[in-house]
Amino acid sequence: MENTAEKTIITVVGKDTVGIIAKVCTYLSENGINVLDISQTIVSGYFNMMMIVDMSRAQVSFASCQKGLDEVGAGLGVSVKCQRAEIFEKMHRI
Amino acid sequence: MINIFEVNETNKMIEQENLDVRTITLGISLLDCIDSDLKQLNHKIYEKITRTAKDLVAVGKEIEANYCIPIVNKRISVTPASLVGGAACRTPEDFVTVAKTLDAAAREVGVNFIGGYSALVSKGMTASDENLIRSIPQALAETDYVCSSVNVGSTKTGINMDAVRLMGGVIRQTAEYTKERDSFGCAKLVVFCNAPDDNPFMAGAFHGVTEADAVINVGVSGPGVVKTALEAVRGESFEVLCETIKKTAFKITRVGQLVAKEASKRLGIPFGIIDLSLAPTPAIGDSVADILHEIGVEYAGAPGTTAALALLNDQVKKGGVMASSYVGGLSGAFIPVSEDQGMIDAVQAGALTLEKLEAMTCVCSVGLDMIAIPGDTPAATISGIIADEMAIGMVNQKTTAVRLIPVIGKGVGETVEFGGLLGHAPVMPVNPYSCEAFVGRTGRIPAPIHSFKN
Repeated sequence: MENTAEKTIITVVGKDTVGIIAKVCTYLSENGINVLDISQTIVSGYFNMMMIVDMSRAQVSFASCQKGLDEVGAGLGVSVKCQRAEIFEKMHRI
Repeated sequence: MINIFEVNETNKMIEQENLDVRTITLGISLLDCIDSDLKQLNHKIYEKITRTAKDLVAVGKEIEANYCIPIVNKRISVTPASLVGGAACRTPEDFVTVAKTLDAAAREVGVNFIGGYSALVSKGMTASDENLIRSIPQALAETDYVCSSVNVGSTKTGINMDAVRLMGGVIRQTAEYTKERDSFGCAKLVVFCNAPDDNPFMAGAFHGVTEADAVINVGVSGPGVVKTALEAVRGESFEVLCETIKKTAFKITRVGQLVAKEASKRLGIPFGIIDLSLAPTPAIGDSVADILHEIGVEYAGAPGTTAALALLNDQVKKGGVMASSYVGGLSGAFIPVSEDQGMIDAVQAGALTLEKLEAMTCVCSVGLDMIAIPGDTPAATISGIIADEMAIGMVNQKTTAVRLIPVIGKGVGETVEFGGLLGHAPVMPVNPYSCEAFVGRTGRIPAPIHSFKN
């Protein structure tokens, strides 16, 4: 887990609705992506979720995972973002 | 482990505060392309650039997608063309063919700009240097991507006033050659004192002769992020103000360092430096002038502006230095007029003059940048403005630069539109008194006493 090479952060922002976590997790499990951590908060009335996932055994490329999650997000009316974790680690840790 | 608040902070910087990586610039040495046959020279240059930079744009886009951070420009800098072309180019027209080759190579690999159509003449000019300088107006008029720079002075050598005089005329001629596009050619031409070898920013980027065969340099940005961070400390002491700028600069620079290291790894080209710069764009909220306003001056140019800018520039460096393993280039706050909406507003309000801008360049990078002046400004006056700016750089042992645009057919109060990152600018008044007798003297201004450190 300390190996950051394949660690990826997925953020979901939008209006709360039934089944957001379920649908995102279904997509991830279907593609061999392991969820390491989930946290959730409400920012200015909007649903805001962050997942830390491990893509080392993913069956899809990073780019197609981004595309897949975009489609899942579009179906739910929320925005889903998928970023390599290093950008956050570099910015917030010395 | 990273928490949701940190993730949200980073993404807010990117989505709402215009955090981006301004440029990945691939420096390529063309010294091994030198040939006495012009055709061969051009062939070798084209081949080397397109081979070395073939993956640059694709890798840049891949990194953008992986981290969801915009990388606004992918650029190339090359060895100063006056050195590379010296053996083959006998006339200014010969050099223009080199410019066209650089342009074609840039188009082929899909970069935004290619820099290095340059000459380094801080002490004297070779015939080749002079031919290149005389070719600049035609070269910039007949190419799209080529950027040109001429280093006319340094702390170690003094100022080459023959080159300064020549550049006044070259800038005017470049303006004439591109007059149907608001003299746009001048936006691609910079005159330097103490030009750095590893600058990733245009129009002044070139790949110095002290550099390796190829190198990745990255320029960061993020005025909007600094501005937003400062909104939270309004009215606080200078200590709090400075700490806030430092912490923000650290975070911005770390992103640049990450992108630089990734680009270096994926391209198999060594990492050179990070340029710690606050580079504005005309986009709302991406302005250095807005930071000065937030620090406490009504408009950029009001009394206090130079002190505020000095503080800002210093804190950006202090925060940024620890975030990167190698720092270089220009590294400082940029104060271009046309590329910064806050600066444009300050000029239009009458708060900011050419003279105040000159004072501001004493304490920050880089110089009189992207300033539109009346089209009838004499060449000698342009040379005089260049000489003043070069003197500031020479005496203060820093880089200074001049990128003036005498807009042919336009006068004070009119506006020019360059589009894109280059923005738009109100034409600013220039001091009407002559310096012809000063500029008319030949030779060079000697190096200052404090340059003799050996």
